[in-house]
Amino acid sequence: MSQAVDEIKIGGLGASRKRVEDSRFIRGKGNYTDDIVLPGMLHMEILRSPLAHARIKSIDASKAWDIPGVHLVLTGEMMATRNLAWMPTLSYDTQAVLATDKVRFQGQEVACVIADDPYIAKDACEAIVVDYEPLPVIVNPAQAVADGAPVIRDDKDNQPDNVIYDWEVGDRDGTDRAFASADLVSKLELHYPRSHPSPIECCGSIADFNRATSKLTVYMTTQAPHIIRAAVAMVAELPEHMIRIISPDIGGGFGNKVPVYPGYVCSILASILLERPVKWIEDKSGNLISTGFARDVYLKGEMALRRDGKILAVRMHTDADHGAFFSDAQPSKFKIGLMHSAFAAYDVPVAHLTARGTYSNKAPGGVAYRCSFRVTEAMFFQERMVQAAAADLGMDQAEFRRMNFVPDDAFPHRTPFGFLTDSGQYAKCLEVGLKAIDYDNFRQQQAQARERGRLLGLGISTMTEPLGAGNSREYDILGIKMFDSAELKVHMTGKAIVRTGARGQGQGHETTWAQIVAHELGIPADDIVVEEGDTDTAPFGMGTYASRSTPVAGAAVAMVARKIRAKARKLAAHLLEVSEEDVEWELGRFYVRSAPDRGVTIQECAIAAYANMPDGMEPGLDATAYYDPPNLTWPFAVYIVTVEVDPDTGVWDVLNMVAVDDCGIRINPMIVEGQIMGGLTEAYAMSNMQFITFDADGNCVGSNYMDYLLPTAWETPGFELHSEVVTPCPHHPIGAKGIGECAAVGGPAAFVNAVMDAISATGVRNVDMPLLPDRVWEAITYRRDVSGAPPVRSDD
Amino acid sequence: MYPSRFRYEAPHTVAEAIRLLAAGGDNAKVLAGGQSLVPLMKLRFAAPELVVDINNLPGLSYHRADPDGTLRIGALCRHADLERSALLAGTQPTMAAAAPLIADPIVRNRGTLVGSLCHADPQGDWASVVLSLGGSVVAEGPDGRRSIPMTDFVTGPFQNLLAPDEIAVEAVIPAAQGERRGGYLKLERRVGDFATVGVAVSLETAGEVVRRAGIALTGVGASTIAASAAAAALTGHSLTAESIAAAASAAAEAARPRTDHRGSAEYKRHMVATFVERILTRCSAEPAERAA
Amino acid sequence: MQRRAGGKGGLIMTIVYSDREDEAAAQVPMRRIKFTVNGEKKIAEVEPRLLLAHLIRQGLRLTGTHTGCDTTNCGACTVLVDGQAVKSCTMLAVQVDGHEIQTVEGLASASELHPLQEGFREEHGLQCGFCTPGMMLAAKALLDRNPDPTEEEVRWALSGNLCRCTGYQNIVKSVLWAAAKLRAQAPAD
Repeated sequence: MSQAVDEIKIGGLGASRKRVEDSRFIRGKGNYTDDIVLPGMLHMEILRSPLAHARIKSIDASKAWDIPGVHLVLTGEMMATRNLAWMPTLSYDTQAVLATDKVRFQGQEVACVIADDPYIAKDACEAIVVDYEPLPVIVNPAQAVADGAPVIRDDKDNQPDNVIYDWEVGDRDGTDRAFASADLVSKLELHYPRSHPSPIECCGSIADFNRATSKLTVYMTTQAPHIIRAAVAMVAELPEHMIRIISPDIGGGFGNKVPVYPGYVCSILASILLERPVKWIEDKSGNLISTGFARDVYLKGEMALRRDGKILAVRMHTDADHGAFFSDAQPSKFKIGLMHSAFAAYDVPVAHLTARGTYSNKAPGGVAYRCSFRVTEAMFFQERMVQAAAADLGMDQAEFRRMNFVPDDAFPHRTPFGFLTDSGQYAKCLEVGLKAIDYDNFRQQQAQARERGRLLGLGISTMTEPLGAGNSREYDILGIKMFDSAELKVHMTGKAIVRTGARGQGQGHETTWAQIVAHELGIPADDIVVEEGDTDTAPFGMGTYASRSTPVAGAAVAMVARKIRAKARKLAAHLLEVSEEDVEWELGRFYVRSAPDRGVTIQECAIAAYANMPDGMEPGLDATAYYDPPNLTWPFAVYIVTVEVDPDTGVWDVLNMVAVDDCGIRINPMIVEGQIMGGLTEAYAMSNMQFITFDADGNCVGSNYMDYLLPTAWETPGFELHSEVVTPCPHHPIGAKGIGECAAVGGPAAFVNAVMDAISATGVRNVDMPLLPDRVWEAITYRRDVSGAPPVRSDD
Repeated sequence: MYPSRFRYEAPHTVAEAIRLLAAGGDNAKVLAGGQSLVPLMKLRFAAPELVVDINNLPGLSYHRADPDGTLRIGALCRHADLERSALLAGTQPTMAAAAPLIADPIVRNRGTLVGSLCHADPQGDWASVVLSLGGSVVAEGPDGRRSIPMTDFVTGPFQNLLAPDEIAVEAVIPAAQGERRGGYLKLERRVGDFATVGVAVSLETAGEVVRRAGIALTGVGASTIAASAAAAALTGHSLTAESIAAAASAAAEAARPRTDHRGSAEYKRHMVATFVERILTRCSAEPAERAA
Repeated sequence: MQRRAGGKGGLIMTIVYSDREDEAAAQVPMRRIKFTVNGEKKIAEVEPRLLLAHLIRQGLRLTGTHTGCDTTNCGACTVLVDGQAVKSCTMLAVQVDGHEIQTVEGLASASELHPLQEGFREEHGLQCGFCTPGMMLAAKALLDRNPDPTEEEVRWALSGNLCRCTGYQNIVKSVLWAAAKLRAQAPAD
């Protein structure tokens, strides 16, 4: 007699199951791209431009060719003869693979050397002589649109200036009317600095072209192997079925490993030309100076307010600095990602957003660094504007938010920019957070401390993030619709393998996908292996970024398990000798409705699928599901930080940090909490130390870990996490919402708001991130706003 | 990430090392802890033709006090040895304060104080500390040993007074005239960051009277700066609010900071004054309070 | 007497260069070094400029030691040399002549994980796994010296190793978990 299984015991939904993937990582047995060695493999190194903007007069590689051990030197000229000097970007622009006419940012790829080992390749790179003629440099949008500005993209027809797009969304006239009737207009201008996802593992690839089979296999650090396969087919003009992309273990991605980079393309071409495997492993300075940056957006924000605190309308203008090539990884319908998700959690009647994008002599990218396409900027702008508005009204920060939140009974809610948010309990999350931080008590302490000259501050930030693109009607990348996929094969002994079109980089897919199957089928999670990242075996999917894995691929896993269950039900009916309508399901088992003791396990159904299927039934027990989400999922969070600012030095320390995340149903609470803590740390980093800037000559400040500062265990504050509020997603098969990025999206404003709160007596409205000690000191000392926009200040 | 090609020697005696350096000419480098040299070689900012690794030289990893209180630190004494040193904790407050702030814990296992002095990075912490203590470097060459006061040792950014065939074998901190007080404060944004501003203050007091004072500044000039006027403001009397303020302002005056991404010149100057004031205020407190 | 395969030889690295009949190849200065890695004695012929991290990864094929940055900041390449944590990207391979190296592959015995490895799994101290070997070895050096560290001491000892995924809180818990287990295992005095 079979029995229903205990879901937590089998590692189902809600179990804090220990991670499967850990067992190899803790032994040093991970398999990252750089760990792979192929017979006859050569090594590639890239020569980069020292200048930000310069015409290339000549390249002399003869000395490099002369170095023993060098097999190939690639230059833009050689790429051009194969029509590979330029490649398309994910935003319908073009990007140089190796520079031909001129270099457009410091660190741009100029030549590649392929040699017996990387030491020799590096020697040869040093032996290449490039003659540059320097050109004037642009490092911010104001310079880009100034009269007489040099045109950076003179390679393009119909590009007379440096403007990439002017774009708008929302209701311009309605917003104007609302502003005309406002009691008060609150304004805020600021810059969200350029940042870099900077996983500890840099990018890399091993291209292996086999002339005998005509097959190209590329091992590479990519979060989206199937998109890469399509891109390689397009760029290298190879048939798609002859391309196999394998994404082995990835040492962190955070959006950095979505785009196609010149290094990948060059290693592929080199392997085709040399007919040997070619490995390219980027160094850290190459990674930071040339690959997908994030942010670098300027805001002009205005909020129309009624005296009692009601928000009447919002007006936003953003200027985005995209660098030398518009290569944002984002849905094609939108120019500035999902910036218009701003104010989705607030009941704002009408809003209007204008956005302009410009070129500059900085690295391209615009990747979704731990966020869903510019949502990080949207939420930061929103929460900084909310704080400024409450202050302008003389209202309490918490009360102003409470009063303007979308109420629990208003879902689905149409936002002023047209999104449809699905569910949430915003006020409740805020209450949990305020209680945890002991809000009223802190305000008293703050007042007392201020009398003694000590500056304490409290910052609140909330966020709701549109996660899990598509639906396919609205979301595509280069025309490919943003759905995702899962394939489930149940073997005859009831063990199973799941493959998805996602590709984890530390999120724990190997653990959690098995938990979803366990939840749907009652097969113990330990009996299920998960495999991702090989385009020859995984079903087509769009990959892992923008917190889309659980909302889309995770949903596909649930749906494919349900397909299996439907077939298993037929097998159960056959085994139980009753009609299908008389079969009931409980976890792990079918039984006869009228005789619950009579049942068969899912494992018994599995063997029947191979050994005892009814006449006419197709044998086997496997299926594939493609999931096209009906909507985005909308998690919500409240982050509250308390800080103390040292007025003499501008140094600030975190006293406490509370995070209240409502991400719907948690598949593996342990992993969810890990994701939140990681995101909070990046939020802290961005607010405190982590940024890339440029001097007036376009030299990158922040192209290595001596200048691009990531916090260590010593500085990183402790976090108090709350999971009391759970609003299941109404349209996701298991009620889950995305979570990987929420804390990185919503967190930064909490830190900044806290510091601004601490120094509120100065009347300063804004200090740009990161809140470096000198900036905070300047704000306190001179009672003025402090801009962090490039070029970086100097004595010259 | 991949150094240029070089010849490598790992001698077992100082004499042999000196011979190798003499033969190696201008393009030879001494490798001690390697925590500055190897990164520079990986980035190819340094490309020596000959590397003389002194890690096999015997008897240089010491730090010890002579009977008269003179402190000697051998060329292979690692930062971590100093960080965990009971001798320093008991007798050298400035050094004890600085040791845990050098680079990061793993780098401290390899890097050496003497190597840091030779590297002469204007953002290097030990140079200020040793300068504030009136220390010197002992160099050994073909003609024997000579002592070079720290005030002369650094000749510019990343430049020192050593001849190509000389090795710095020891740093020396003279015995104190009285009780030592002092400290080192460093503005770093995270562990392992270079100093935006660093201030070393070393006092030798008899009773409450300052017999000798040394103040030196990290990261606010083309080299480490000895703030002599600031030190002079303290010498000969006890610490008072007025003398502390005078020293702080004289130290700020001595700084030659530049505005960059780490902060404005004005801010850095202000931080020099703030740090001098903070260290001295702590020094002027009762011993029990200082220890707290 | 039975000859055991590989009993005495150990590993010899071979680098083959294209012979262009010029002097450059002859000028490559090679050195022979002897060292111990995870208890096994090895011999290698290396060029002096080879970094220890590359000897470990490419020469010994022990790929658990990762390289993450060029500037001695990230600590992903941390190994123990004579029991001390060092960044193997900032030592030359020739410098381990006569010394003992321990890498992540030497932490577990054939049958049993080291308590640090268990701790990282139990407390979810890793996500992408890239920094994990370096973190565990830095932690091992700490626990060898200080078997009962405070949270603050753990954070301090790990401040030369960067992690982008976890936010460190669980790494600290993992190390404390391992410390407790090691203390419980230690023979009573």
